[in-house]
Amino acid sequence: MIVERPRDLFWKKLAAHTFLICFIALILFPFLIVLSISLRPGNFSTGSLIPNPISFEHWSLALGIPFTTPDGTVLQPPFPVMLWLFNSIKIGTIASAGILVLSMTAAYAFSRLQFRGRAAILDALLIIQMFPAALTVIALYTIFDALGNVTPILGVDSHWSLIIAYLSGITLHIWTIKGYFDSIDPAMDKAAEIDGATPWQTFRLVLLPMSVPILAVVFVLSFIGHVTEYPVASVLLRETNNMTLAVGARSYLYEQRYLWGDFAAAAILSGLPITAVFLLAQRFLVSGLSDGGVKG
Amino acid sequence: MTATSLSEPTTMPVRRAQPLVGLLRYGLLAALALGLMYVVWGLYLAGEPLFAAVVMALLVGIVIIFGARRFYTARFVFPGIAAVLIFIVLPVLYTTYVGFTNYSARNLLTFDRVTELFLNQKAVDKSTERPFGLVADGTQFRLYLTEGSGGLLSDPFTLDGTPVELALNPVTEAPETVPLKDVVKFRTELGAVTATLPDGSQVTSSGLRSFAKVTPIYERQPDGSLLNRADGTQLVRDESVGFYRNEAGATVAPGWRVNVGLANFQRVLFSEGIRQPMLQIFVWTITFALLSVFFGFAVGLALATVLQWPHLRGKAIYRILLILPYAVPAFISILVFRGLFNQNFGEINLILRGLFGIQPQWFTDPTLARMMLVMVNVWLGYPYMMLLATGYLQSIPQDHYKAAALEGAGPIRNFFSITLPQILPPFVPLLISSFAFNFNNVVLILLLTRGAPDIPGTLVPAGQTDILGSFTFRVSFQDAGQNFGIAGAISTLIFLLVGVLAYANFYALRRAANARGRG
Repeated sequence: MIVERPRDLFWKKLAAHTFLICFIALILFPFLIVLSISLRPGNFSTGSLIPNPISFEHWSLALGIPFTTPDGTVLQPPFPVMLWLFNSIKIGTIASAGILVLSMTAAYAFSRLQFRGRAAILDALLIIQMFPAALTVIALYTIFDALGNVTPILGVDSHWSLIIAYLSGITLHIWTIKGYFDSIDPAMDKAAEIDGATPWQTFRLVLLPMSVPILAVVFVLSFIGHVTEYPVASVLLRETNNMTLAVGARSYLYEQRYLWGDFAAAAILSGLPITAVFLLAQRFLVSGLSDGGVKG
Repeated sequence: MTATSLSEPTTMPVRRAQPLVGLLRYGLLAALALGLMYVVWGLYLAGEPLFAAVVMALLVGIVIIFGARRFYTARFVFPGIAAVLIFIVLPVLYTTYVGFTNYSARNLLTFDRVTELFLNQKAVDKSTERPFGLVADGTQFRLYLTEGSGGLLSDPFTLDGTPVELALNPVTEAPETVPLKDVVKFRTELGAVTATLPDGSQVTSSGLRSFAKVTPIYERQPDGSLLNRADGTQLVRDESVGFYRNEAGATVAPGWRVNVGLANFQRVLFSEGIRQPMLQIFVWTITFALLSVFFGFAVGLALATVLQWPHLRGKAIYRILLILPYAVPAFISILVFRGLFNQNFGEINLILRGLFGIQPQWFTDPTLARMMLVMVNVWLGYPYMMLLATGYLQSIPQDHYKAAALEGAGPIRNFFSITLPQILPPFVPLLISSFAFNFNNVVLILLLTRGAPDIPGTLVPAGQTDILGSFTFRVSFQDAGQNFGIAGAISTLIFLLVGVLAYANFYALRRAANARGRG
């Protein structure tokens, strides 16, 4: 630590704290407003940051419970928010588990086994991952439309279609996990091999138990990626009850039907769990992000 | 690298006799193969030979790689690579292919399906139309048709959708028929019923209340054209546009998919009314991506530098609060901003009106709409840059700052002379991929502005804030046209550009890795 003159140091510290606090106030302003809006009665009311009177109608509707206003009218929930959240978590969990399995087996092969085209495939993966899924939705839609004629399970408006489409998002994760496997001393699997382990056994019994942290990072990263994915899901999921949160949330803010208050409550309720997962995982993420893909 | 080489027989793992496990494995493999075979067959029947071939290739790949011991190594890689090939590479290629076709809402089906639709069109002979009734007879029904003053009644028959032909016998008294609401339930099953009148002519269901002589309008001629049996005119197949033409030469909807060569690319690049907005959208896409990356990087790096200062207390809490915009799902934050920026009752305009008496038109003024997009995107993107910068800042040796302090350098000078030059090289690949991401940041545009406000006087609806990706998305899925062909052509152009970016990124990554290897 560089020693500084005490008087200078005081003013510098004051400046730094003031800057940070002002900046954070600016950044957090949207969140506070949304919290306030979710507690105001009605969908068009304005007022101070602390609402007066406080009304829980939007929260009750977001939880799917009909709400009776003071003048006796019963408000029905406009959208099945909890169902959407459940859909999102279901699709996110299954797809991420699938991605984990696919990418860790592939990463093992790329890190430990020799085969022709190994370096070329790795490089190709790095280039392929730059192609945006949002632009291939026409093709994805056509593929699943065609598959749907054979079996509705793989058709448009089926969660399985979306999950299968998401499984292709393994490219970067292969690199991340491979980077971690590379950092594990190969003497470990040499020893296992001498004891007669097959590559599969080496992978399952030696490498996997040592890689739990990076696997957790990949799982969380891909989970968050899937829960917040919009373009592909919006094309493949059409029915209200099938939608994920990311697709459904937009229905609150159409020009003709503008449910600002209801949206605020639903947004907080559904955003909180995802945000919490992210914050819990974020300390691992930093190392995961910078350790992963960049290793050549 | 001490990886085992599996092609050498010496290191080939010794296989222990596990007959049960082996049997189970081959059983599973066979079941999977059969399932995929069913899908291949179905896809082929549905008129999708391309997709059928892809699934067939997948099937063969699975059987070979998981069936033969020789391909032991490939088992680890095959599933992942197959997923990437089928759901990224194939869609990219297929989208490009669609760019060369007229696939759109008007040319949606295959030729066979379109012809089938024409052949299924039926004409009802109004002169033979007569009301009918169903007469319940146990679990079966009888059909009752009026005839003059009396009626005709059939023998009992089962109404379950299998085609039946009924003979009718005259009766003098009208029997009791089931009410209409029960008839409605058997609407589809009634379609399979044909009744033969005493004069030998046949009638079928022509509506909910009536039976009549129903005949197909079109008849297929040996040369492939369709003959209209009512007026004798012909529909001629025109493969160049994917439509049937009538005798006046006009196309008759619906059409089918055909290749149109470079027509879509020509329209996108040269036709008036598309080229102009395309160019404008392209310039805005680049501007948007550059501004987003620049400000995101600047804000993120500035914050990381401040947070790095050893004398600062409360770093942990600041850090958590600062990455909140990254932690909250983007689709929620973007929609929150959509509400906050609302021109009439959004909170931002309420505050601005209260403080300065202004009420900016965020969604109708093009410049303001673009400013809003960049602001929101920087808000969303700076924490990522901050997180990464924090990591890289730690790798700058403290000695450099100590030396600078001895020379009397201030914090600004420190930043530009020590921090920035050292942090920029490892950041280059990340900046490139961030540029590529924002170049295709479709989610932000679709959720915040949907491209609004519109550019006036264009052939296809295009917006002032549309980026290429969102424009493509809207052309294919949202606006009335559903013009997949045009969208495919634009996507192809974007793919070329992304390819260049991807290669640049790859090159930069390699350089960064090599530099680190040497350092």
